Amino acid sequence: MKLITGNDLKTGAVTWWTGDGWSIHIEDAADAGDEAEAIATREEAARRVNVPYVIEAEAGPDGAPRPAHIKERVRALGPTVRVDLTLKPDDPTAAQKVI
Amino acid sequence: MYAYDQYDQAMVDARVAEFRDQCERRLAGKLSEDQFKPLRLMNGLYLQLHAYMLRVAIPYGTLNGGQMCVLADIAEKYDRGYGHFTTRQNIQYNWIKLEDAADILADLAKVEMHAIQTSGNCIRNISSDHFAGAAADEVADPRPYAELLRQWSSFHPEFSYLPRKFKICVIASENDRAAMRLHDIGIRIVERDGELGAQFYVGGGMGRTPMIAPLIRDFVPLDQLVTYSEACLRVYNRYGRRDNKYKARIKILVHELGAEEYTRQVEEEFAHLLDQGVEPPLAELERIKGYFRDPDMPDAGQEADRSDPDFAVWLDHNTHAHKMPGYVSAIVSLKPVGGIPGDATAAQMRVLADLAERYSFDELRIMHTQNVVLPHVRKADLYALWQALNEAGMGTPNADLMGDIIACPGLDYCSLANARSIPIAQRISQRFAANGKEAALGELKLKISGCINACGHHHAGHIGILGVDRKGTENYQLLLGGSEAEDTSLAKITGPGFDELGIVDAVETAADVYLRERTEGERFLDTYRRIGMAPFKEALYD
Repeated sequence: MKLITGNDLKTGAVTWWTGDGWSIHIEDAADAGDEAEAIATREEAARRVNVPYVIEAEAGPDGAPRPAHIKERVRALGPTVRVDLTLKPDDPTAAQKVI
Repeated sequence: MYAYDQYDQAMVDARVAEFRDQCERRLAGKLSEDQFKPLRLMNGLYLQLHAYMLRVAIPYGTLNGGQMCVLADIAEKYDRGYGHFTTRQNIQYNWIKLEDAADILADLAKVEMHAIQTSGNCIRNISSDHFAGAAADEVADPRPYAELLRQWSSFHPEFSYLPRKFKICVIASENDRAAMRLHDIGIRIVERDGELGAQFYVGGGMGRTPMIAPLIRDFVPLDQLVTYSEACLRVYNRYGRRDNKYKARIKILVHELGAEEYTRQVEEEFAHLLDQGVEPPLAELERIKGYFRDPDMPDAGQEADRSDPDFAVWLDHNTHAHKMPGYVSAIVSLKPVGGIPGDATAAQMRVLADLAERYSFDELRIMHTQNVVLPHVRKADLYALWQALNEAGMGTPNADLMGDIIACPGLDYCSLANARSIPIAQRISQRFAANGKEAALGELKLKISGCINACGHHHAGHIGILGVDRKGTENYQLLLGGSEAEDTSLAKITGPGFDELGIVDAVETAADVYLRERTEGERFLDTYRRIGMAPFKEALYD
């Protein structure tokens, strides 16, 4: 699947295209399919998100999208060395799942 | 330490106002990211993996307690309660919001700090010896010269758009504690026949093409320091490559021209500049020196009481000889076992500020090794200082030992990284704390970078580790034999890389080879240089 991601203009937070907007949770990300590049271009012009770009992903074990590259998996979670600062601060295994 | 005059303050305040306007236009959608990016980078604002990152300049690593308190306030008010001290003697905040950026710069300006020229293809924050002004072995305090060059290079119109970023280091002792020869320009203040002058080393650097800077001028009179620097920059600005960012640093120019030809061109330019009025009057240097006078340090005459064995260990590893009797410089470790190298919480920063005020004439230094120095501590105060540091989690006695690891932010934070650095540092630190070998190994400088840009100085590690991306998986190359000290050398790769667990074993294997092969008094680096790579490769791969 193809996901669109970027960083929120105001906060810099990692954000994912949901089909009709943006979410900081990758679980909300939509498969943009063949439209991905066009949506990314359109969203860049809207200037809500910094440099949106398209990445490859597949469905993970829990059904949520899992980016193909480790860099995007780290982006989706947060720093693996500070789980308290990630989007899953209560999951001590969260870091291992992205590796 | 230096205090802003009206011009310094006016320039910094004006830049804050300008950047506030630029941020507002970006947030209002009037600027695109392409238009805004070079503007934010001129103010140290990057966009990293998880958020904006702000890099704040700490000129030659020197700051006072009040400034450290403001750094703590920023960590708490605008970030997530901590900051990261870097190998450039700066501090970085990892969770900055664009809408807060101008307010942060305004807060910094109130204590004479800023983020100007902490990014971009300009002359960056000038680094120096973290023991400057205190070290027993220096011929002069290098910081007035670094400050003079800071003023010359700030907003220098000719050097705001260089082919690539440019890093200058100034030291003043034979012992190099600042990786001087791995800078674009490394300056060593020397004494000859009773007169001070400057040696110029040009064209060093790490990154994807590491090079050790050759000496191009053995003695530049100090009343020509700025002029000679300008000549070095002019030749680079004119002939440095702009067509390929990987070949744009001055080291490539010096290498391709040859040091002799580069020097000839610099000397020609220097001769041309000498009567152009580039050099500020010596009175300006004397004015700057006035800010760096030694504090009044009466000889306390009392040695530290070593009866507490844990304190004695810290004393042996984490203090450095001071030029004044009865004093030492104390190294505050930001490398607790299993911790994140260089990270300090807001609470720890406030403790450091308080301890600086109580015990070190209100001065602190940031080390390129991501630790902090209290430069002027009475020996009689060391036990109380150590107790306070321990209470705040900053009393680990590991300066220059295996646990004192330099590590870049790596793939946990950095958008350029290919692999994580911090977890490797944490595992190695834990491994050597558990196996009890750290003390036996003695001085051993381990440096980890998460990509070829080498922010973690892996080329200069006695043991270096470089994280790479191998088909989407983190892989770690092991390097041996680097040094960033006065015996500067570049580390060599041992062979095929290791996975994230294998690299920890590999480091222990290399350490064991050293323990087996060393002779009396040899450090790891000395043994490596004597026996070469072969015994290490054999142990690692056979």
